[in-house]
Parts: sequence; structure tokens; C-alpha cells
Amino acid sequence: MTAGLDAYAPFVGRATIEEIRLLGDRLRGRRVQHVNSTAVGGGVAEILNRLVPLLLELGINTRWDVIRGGDEFYAVTKSIHNALHGRPVTLSEHDIAVYRETTEQNLRNLALSDDIVFIHDPQPAGLVAARAPGSRWIWRCHIDLSAPVASVWEFLRPTVERYDAAVFSAPQFSRTLPIDQVLIAPSIDPLADKNRELDARTVESIVTRLGLDPSRPLVTQVSRFDRLKDPLGVIEAFRLVKKYNDCQLLLVGGSATDDPEGQAVLTECRDRAADDRDIHVVELPPTANVEINALQRASTVVLQKSLREGFGLTVAEALWKAKPVIAGAVGGIPLQITHKYSGVLTHTIEGTAYWIKQLLNAPDFARRLGENGREHVRHNFLLTRHLRDYLLLFLYLGHLGESVITLD
Amino acid sequence: MTASPFRFWTRLTLTRLTGRRAADLAELTEHLRTVPASVIFHHTHHFLVQHQHLSPEPPNDLAFWVTNVLQEDQLGEQLAAIDTVQFASLEDLRDRVVGVIDGYLETRRELRTAPPGEEFHFMDAISFVLPTAHQARTLAEFAQQIRQVTHGAISYHLFEARLRVGSDDNDFSRWLERDLGEREVAAGVRKLDPYTYTMEGLRQRLLRLIETRLGTSGSRP
Repeated sequence: MTAGLDAYAPFVGRATIEEIRLLGDRLRGRRVQHVNSTAVGGGVAEILNRLVPLLLELGINTRWDVIRGGDEFYAVTKSIHNALHGRPVTLSEHDIAVYRETTEQNLRNLALSDDIVFIHDPQPAGLVAARAPGSRWIWRCHIDLSAPVASVWEFLRPTVERYDAAVFSAPQFSRTLPIDQVLIAPSIDPLADKNRELDARTVESIVTRLGLDPSRPLVTQVSRFDRLKDPLGVIEAFRLVKKYNDCQLLLVGGSATDDPEGQAVLTECRDRAADDRDIHVVELPPTANVEINALQRASTVVLQKSLREGFGLTVAEALWKAKPVIAGAVGGIPLQITHKYSGVLTHTIEGTAYWIKQLLNAPDFARRLGENGREHVRHNFLLTRHLRDYLLLFLYLGHLGESVITLD
Repeated sequence: MTASPFRFWTRLTLTRLTGRRAADLAELTEHLRTVPASVIFHHTHHFLVQHQHLSPEPPNDLAFWVTNVLQEDQLGEQLAAIDTVQFASLEDLRDRVVGVIDGYLETRRELRTAPPGEEFHFMDAISFVLPTAHQARTLAEFAQQIRQVTHGAISYHLFEARLRVGSDDNDFSRWLERDLGEREVAAGVRKLDPYTYTMEGLRQRLLRLIETRLGTSGSRP
């Protein structure tokens, strides 16, 4: 069962919860419908599973629908997803026909008559064709749109322009559009297994079980085995550090069995680690949230050496555990880390190695970065801020174009 | 004299993306001249609420970007040193920011360009202003509420009402002086440079001013 809103007061303060309730009072009884493409798995479903009960608790009549589509449809939407991320993909006429046909089927099956319809990502974007007079439609883009394949974006753009507002996770993801665009970053849930407090014994038992030495410094990167997360660059940086500092490296990520590229990257990591007993490459099931939590808590320094990134919520997860984080200055990461205040931003393998050494050798500075990082997450990247921003957006839909809105 | 109660309001913001971006100082000033005033407000104020533990530096987005991305340290320092509290309107503040950059550009022949992906993105603050349940009738109640209200509420009464609404005083000082006759406390609050504190630091500073007064007047409950 999801925790109620009051359960978040210890993290963000009673007054913040009061403010959320004040906003909720002004939206009480409104009908809001979320639509995405999956009920389980993935960040969107994870966040809706948490947010929908909180919206209901506030008296907002919220429901969540999932579109249906066949394998062919999801192959097309995966291509669209990759193209919007900048991979060189083109859509054939057949692809476009499949996308349109599935959209039509869903339009026949879904009732889309709520006051506010909140569509997540490109898969259900075409549903806006059914918008009823007086209703407000939001398109929430969870994708890095900073350098999309032009032809694919041009296919999607006329659809996006039919919405009242588009929501992006980072400023560089926005496009030139004739509709309002707002910035709403994703969030982490401090009560979820991945982030809740753990006692020292639990942490140590998990660390030991995975063959790590709890008495020695641990440098960790939590991420999928994906070249864009540069795990081989992490190994190289670690080798530069190990010449001077005694430490262990942990590369830990979700299972890659259904992802051929992920499997290849995992194998490359294991090959590169070779017989170095201080490099641990660990594959965990996607449900291993408590384990990931414990490994982040056990770390001395956390890395997220991404070359490309959507938002990079693993950074917020580590900062919430007050860990000093060194991360690539890409995607949403600069929103989470202000260089040398709440973490370290790097651009190269050598720079990453330099900063790992600095943080291992200057624990007071490292601790201060971690503490600043935790406070930054507390104010900007917890679920309550996400909820508040959605409420503000719902209210804004009644005041489009205004800059100061007084709610007497 | 019966004091009218102080009703705490709060200000919450939603960030609107303008789609405008700058890669060098020429582009930065070009946009700064033409963006809505609320964009100027956003980039000179959101750091105060979003980055609780970073103050006293960096004070605004412009100074931060110029220093850390363009690595124009001298200009970054000049932008950081702009005394935001002295400006009665956002247009005056805009003129000052543009003037400082223009002055610097006169001495420079070459412009540094931000690395790809690190351009300055102009954003707008959509402000939502709403009353809270917090009220105070006496100085002691005021202190009690100052302890409890959000940063958004403190920020609204100290920054927003003055700068965006064009008032020449902050709401706290005005009420303290006019309704409670607390001239000294009002003057103390007026004298604060709120831009050099974190919001939590500002809350503590306000509390110290009030508690000192309560201690000397003997009216502390």
C-alpha cells in the first residue's frame, strides 16, 4: 500500500504538506486522466503508481489508463523513442500506418472525456485527436529531445502542437513550439525500498554477500549495462585511481537478459575487469531495490559517468543518501549537481579519476558535497515536489499565458 | 491600537521554458533585453529557494553560468556583486545586468562560447500566490509562525511583494511598523540583505531579531 501524504512530512516539513493540500483544495473534484503505455515496469509507471494515490487522497478524481498495442506497434514506438533520442532511425510508411491504426483502435476503446487528460510519452500522443471542447490536454515527454532525428520529430510535432502544454524534464529537452512548455523534473520517493533508511546491519550483510569488503573504500556506479553510461570509462578511471588509492569498484545494474546490446556490454565489462579482484561487475534483478539502496549507502563515492542521459535519477538517489557523486555533465544531471557545491561534474575519464582521488583523500569535502546534495534533493527532487508541480500545472491550465496567478 | 493580523501568503512557482538559449555573452544580452521581466526574476531569484545550502554563492544563474561555463571570472564576479536588494523594479534590475555585461563586452574582443549542451536556457517563473492558514497578531505569534511557514512564504513576503509587485518595502517590515509599532524590528528586517542568506539562514536571522526584541521587552510568553 502506498503511504499517504502525511508520511512525507518528516522529510519535507509539515508546512510543505499544508501547501500541497491548499493546492489540492482548489482542484478538488476535478477529473484527471493519465494515459501511458504500460502499467508495470519503467519509470513512468513507477511514478504514476506513487502519484495517482496521492492525487486521489487530495480529492482529485484521478484515473490511469494504459493503451493497448501489438508487438508491431511497440516496435514502431521503440523506433520513435530511439529517433527522438537522436539515434539514426527512419520511419517507413508502414510504420506510420501501424502507429495510426493502433491510435485509432485506442480512440475507439478509451473514454477520454475528463477535465484534464495527461498523456505520457509518444506512444499515446495521437489520442489528442479525441480532445473534447473545454478539456485541457498535457503531453508529458520523458525523453531527451535535445537532438531528435528531424523527420521523426516532424512526424510527431503537429500532434504535440494540439496539446495545451508540454512538460519536459530538463530545459535543453524543450523544442520551439507554439504551446506552453514547462519544466517538471522527475523525482524519487524517500519511502520506496530503493531510498528508505536502512540499518547498518542490513547494509553490511548485503555488501558482504556480494563479495565486497565493507572495511575498504568503495566506488560505485549503478546503471544499466549500456555504452551511454560508459562503464568501460569507469573501469579505466578506476585503474588510474588505484595506482594511488586502495579502493574497490562496483559496477552494478539490472539484468540484461532481454537486451542483446546490454549483454554484450556486460561481457565487455567482465573482460576488461579481467582478474582484478577489486573490480566487481554485478548483475541484479530489476526488483533488487533494497540491494541497490544498500550498495549506494555503503559507497564512499558514487559515479554516474554518463555520456548521454535522460534525467539520471540514480544521481538523486545517491545524493539523497548524502553520498558525494561524480557525474557526467549531461541531460538532467546538471540540474541535480552544481559543480563543487552538491557534487562534481566531469567530462573525461582523466577528470573522473582526478576527482575520485580528491574525494577519497578529502573526506570532509566529500561529506559536505553529500550533505549539500541531500538538501538539494530534499527541496527539488522528492515525490512531494513532483506532486506539487503537477498540481500547479493543473491550476495553470485555467490561466494559460499568465505569469502571476493569485488564488484567493 | 488593535493590530490587524498578519496573514502569511505563500508563493509557489512553476518553471516555464521559453525555448530561448544563449551560447555566448552577445546572445545572453540580446535575450536579456527582450525577455519578460518574470524571466529576469526567475534567474535572479530561483537559486535562493532551490539551492538551500549553497548560499552565499552563487547568487544568481547569470553569474553562475558566466563564471562556471564561460569561465569569465571577472564578469561573473561583477554579476554576483549586483546589489539586487537596492532595485525597486525588475526593469531597473534588468538594466543593471545588461549594463554590466555591455560594459564588460566593450573591453573584450573575442567572445567565449559555451560547450555544446551547456548553453544558458532562459526560463520563466509562473508564480502562484495563495493565502496560508498561518496568521499572527502579536510579535510572539509572528515569531511562532516564522518558525513554521515554508521558504516560499518567507521568500514571498521579503522578495516577491517588494520586487515584482513594485512595493517599496517588504511586507514584514511594513506590518511590524504600521500595525505593531515595532519600528526597531521593522528597521532591522528592512536592513537585512536577504540575498546573502540561505532561506533557512534568513529564517534564523528573522527569529533572532524578533527574539532579541521580545527578550528586552519582557513580553515573551
